[in-house]
Amino acid sequence: MAAISRDEVAHLARLARIEMTDSELDHLAGEMGVILGAVARVQEVAGADVPPTSHPLDVKNVYRPDVVVPSLTNEQALSGAPAKDEERFKVPQILGEE
Amino acid sequence: MSTIHKSASELGAALAAQEISAVEVAKEHLARIREVDGQVHAFLHIDEAGALSQAEAIDKRRATGEKLPPLAGVPLALKDVMTQAGIPTTCGSKMLEGWRPPYDSTVVTKLKENGVVILGKTNMDEFAMGSSTENSAYGPTHNPWDLTRIPGGSGGGSAAALAAFEAPLAIGTDTGGSIRQPAAVTGTVGVKPTYGAVSRYGLVAFSSSLDQAGPCARTVLDTALLHEAIAGFDPKDSTSINAPVGSMVAAAKKHDVKGLKIGIVKELSGEGYQAGVKQRFDEAIAALVDAGAEIVEVSAPNFEYALAAYYLIAPSECSSNLARFDSMRYGIRIGDDGQKSAEEVMRMTREVGFGKEVKRRIILGTYALSSGYYDAYYGSAQKVRTLIKRDFEAAFTKADVLVSPTCPTTAFKIGEKADDPLAMYLNDIATIPVNMAGIGGMSLPCGLAPEDGLPVGFQIMSPAMKDELMYQVGGTLEAALLSKWGKPLLADAPALGAK
Repeated sequence: MAAISRDEVAHLARLARIEMTDSELDHLAGEMGVILGAVARVQEVAGADVPPTSHPLDVKNVYRPDVVVPSLTNEQALSGAPAKDEERFKVPQILGEE
Repeated sequence: MSTIHKSASELGAALAAQEISAVEVAKEHLARIREVDGQVHAFLHIDEAGALSQAEAIDKRRATGEKLPPLAGVPLALKDVMTQAGIPTTCGSKMLEGWRPPYDSTVVTKLKENGVVILGKTNMDEFAMGSSTENSAYGPTHNPWDLTRIPGGSGGGSAAALAAFEAPLAIGTDTGGSIRQPAAVTGTVGVKPTYGAVSRYGLVAFSSSLDQAGPCARTVLDTALLHEAIAGFDPKDSTSINAPVGSMVAAAKKHDVKGLKIGIVKELSGEGYQAGVKQRFDEAIAALVDAGAEIVEVSAPNFEYALAAYYLIAPSECSSNLARFDSMRYGIRIGDDGQKSAEEVMRMTREVGFGKEVKRRIILGTYALSSGYYDAYYGSAQKVRTLIKRDFEAAFTKADVLVSPTCPTTAFKIGEKADDPLAMYLNDIATIPVNMAGIGGMSLPCGLAPEDGLPVGFQIMSPAMKDELMYQVGGTLEAALLSKWGKPLLADAPALGAK
């Protein structure tokens, strides 16, 4: 079984920007070990000669004509914003103040 | 007779003949929702005013003599993962509580063009992750056949609304079985079209290479009518297929499978499949033989790895897709006290906004995509996806369509598998290969399991871009079973509402 430590889960939670309590981390570390043990089977079957499939359709870049078409108004785009300032989204500080 | 027990095609005909009005039909369905939804909880939002004004507009246009599309005035339940401008869209998550999207999904635009009356938004597992609708932040949906059991998931609300006669049509989305498994356990019909056949614009993304919207109804013909209404090329979805939509309705009405080769997938039966599921499946095969089909057995040796590959690919894509829920532009925001940084606020919001299963999959996907693990997990899963595609390609050289039970078991009890993610994932064992290859899949009812009296689903899989074939086989099987039973399966469902 693929073991995964609590510290590893804490690292993943940081990468994924999810705050987690100690008990959540403990619980998830246990579950992740079981799930990873089950899904690791994918390593048994495909050899190096098998190409990966990332998508069911074999589409390459799809372009549209470079023509301006109507889009959301500022008001519509801001309609769901948790906080706004005039015509802008208002967000918490991104760079430290010090 | 109330209009709630009629099929969409019957309603469409009665509306076109002006025997009933769209407003009457909408009112009777809204009354039914008020009567039974306290027990079923199929809906998260009911748009009574909107539905009535859409219905009124249809009646007015019809009164002027305008020729309207076949589903004009027919009510529909919309899965809460599809945006509808101005109508709450939560995806079953706290993260989007109170959000009203500023735009219509392409599916909704097409429904409106077809005059379909949208009654409201249906319950679902949070962000479509689950097989029981228990992962909804707003409480579970109950299976109309037995209110103590799950209606399947993630589209349990849409399927339950159909089975409870709250709507004759519904929209679902299917990433690993979220249309077909709920259809199977509620005795309704659900279709996952070929990947790219229906636009994903406005479908809140879970796993973009697997997600596909499709039609749900109580009859094969009704799903075909809805399929034709919502399918087609959309420049707003770069993975939308630019080809004409086939004649699903004509195929559903054919009622003939003479000369068709139907392949039973050896690996999708046997161990782990309930006895009554197997029995009803075999009886349906016998009915198809009587109808003139030729049965062959096909093998798909790599299907046994499909579930493992899916639970790496889907979480990987979800960990990336759900990064958009960052509390900056829409959705809830937690902890913004003017002191905390954007990153702290993001972390607190995502802790509160996401439920257990969503967090589990984001963490799993983040792990599978991490440097050092990428090749072993995500990379290997993508190779398995190639092998599954090849299995289908080989099988389709021997058979025109493939069949299997939709699910290994009938509906289980609410709470029974809630704490065992691996047991829950096993529900999707027969539906997932279809998504991995991007082909078409349908589930239709093939009887009640003798041991528990609950519906059993029959799955039909057709090659990519040949969705007509599943409608042809499904329509034929449905007609054969209907003549054998003498009544639709749902006629035996328990009565709901005030006792």
